[in-house]
Amino acid sequence: MKKDLIKPQGLVKNANRRKFLQKGSLSIAAAGLFMVGCNDDDDIMPPMEKEGVMLGSGDIGILNYAYALEQLEAAFYATVMQGGYFANASAEEKEIMGDLEKHERAHKEFFKAALGSAAIEDLEVDFSAINFDDRMSVLNAAKTFEDLGVAAYNGAGQHIQDAGYLLIAGKIVSVEARHAAAIRDLLNPGSTDFAGDDIIDGNGLERTLSFSEVLTAASNYVTTPIDFSQLPS
Amino acid sequence: MNLLNLLDKMCPDTKNADEKELFFSRREAFHRFGDMSKKMAMAAVPLGILSALPKVAKADTASLIEVLNYALTLEHLEYRYYQMGIDAGVIDGADTAIFEKIRDHELAHVNFLTEVVGNVLGGDPVMEPEFDFTADGNFSPFTDYPTFLALSQAFEDTGVRAYKGQAGNVMENDVVLTAALSIHSVEARHASMVRRLRTKKGQDSIKGWITEDSIGTLPAATQAIYSGEDNVMHGGVDVTQLTGIDSGAVTEGWDEPLNKDQVLGIASLFLA
Repeated sequence: MKKDLIKPQGLVKNANRRKFLQKGSLSIAAAGLFMVGCNDDDDIMPPMEKEGVMLGSGDIGILNYAYALEQLEAAFYATVMQGGYFANASAEEKEIMGDLEKHERAHKEFFKAALGSAAIEDLEVDFSAINFDDRMSVLNAAKTFEDLGVAAYNGAGQHIQDAGYLLIAGKIVSVEARHAAAIRDLLNPGSTDFAGDDIIDGNGLERTLSFSEVLTAASNYVTTPIDFSQLPS
Repeated sequence: MNLLNLLDKMCPDTKNADEKELFFSRREAFHRFGDMSKKMAMAAVPLGILSALPKVAKADTASLIEVLNYALTLEHLEYRYYQMGIDAGVIDGADTAIFEKIRDHELAHVNFLTEVVGNVLGGDPVMEPEFDFTADGNFSPFTDYPTFLALSQAFEDTGVRAYKGQAGNVMENDVVLTAALSIHSVEARHASMVRRLRTKKGQDSIKGWITEDSIGTLPAATQAIYSGEDNVMHGGVDVTQLTGIDSGAVTEGWDEPLNKDQVLGIASLFLA
């Protein structure tokens, strides 16, 4: 059943909306501070509100959600390939990072084209917490992004209405899982981490994450506010 | 898997108002029963719930059982394969933990699907078939480690395609779909690991992801497992044209489904 008649959807949406507004105002405050700090000429500019994106509703909203995550991953691997870790990486790791950059860029461009005019704007990212010269820092971030992607697609599947879109998500999520297993094996070679107990339960089921959980985790790296209040719940 | 949770997600697949009403009122009755004594309700489920579900929901349930029994057949195959490999001592010592972990997951999938089919949906879980992993004497997976690894890869990559092919068939039930997706990604993790392990050992030059429809050094009999993986058209768009990214990488970025007949055709090589 796709629509729960009992759940007070209005309340849920209001709560999400409130969260978004709080976040939005944080960004506005941050932008204001920035301007105070660096703008010493006489131009009086109105405080610029940081533009957020609205994912939208229904399947379009979920495709935009996937597009947002693919934007994040593509931006990450593009940055990896500019950094010191990649320059000095082993042949195996260079090949893996090069492949992942292409796969995620292909996913991103695909969603952008599929969404057409409904696509959200380009997201702004902040990778300052990642040291792109450091192997462990890069691989741990890659692990976070790949595991997050798998859990996001697994959690979103049940909200997709169109079987064609569900199949597309299915075609991509298994590739993200292949990535995640490889990255985990680079971090701890030959161990059972590729399919570790931290993400797979006693029934052999991988974890799923909700829209809210995924976007909260992503917000550590995405500075553009994302309004997901119209996504199905 | 919680039965009442599953019931909540079941859709009264009818436009008839009376049948909808019947479905919801009976579901509500089971909720109340569950409140009185959850343990008793669970024990009574197979007898009680199915006779109470409207016939439209029964039809839906029958198709879920069919899909899950098909998945269960594949999980039986995978579990038995790894258990026999471990028992035979064919696995290199350094890789033992990897294959014990994979075996544990396949056994968990067998138990989970058996539970859902039998005790939640009230169906008859398929029994484990008898397998012949030599495929009529063609392979020696339990005495030759490279062969063991090659067939492991074949089974895992098949499993990924099999689950993917069923997503649309269980999408009306959120709980079953989510469970199937959550098994699907675990199979993909296994596949990635085994593929890379074979390359690390010099047995192949493949990656964790599938390039074009390449079988690498696997026996020619496995071609059906990879046929169609060279697809670059998604949502009506040629992604190589769209992005300028080479075809190899684009095919790696999307895994393709197989339908039930295709998968059972592959699996039949290993049925006694």
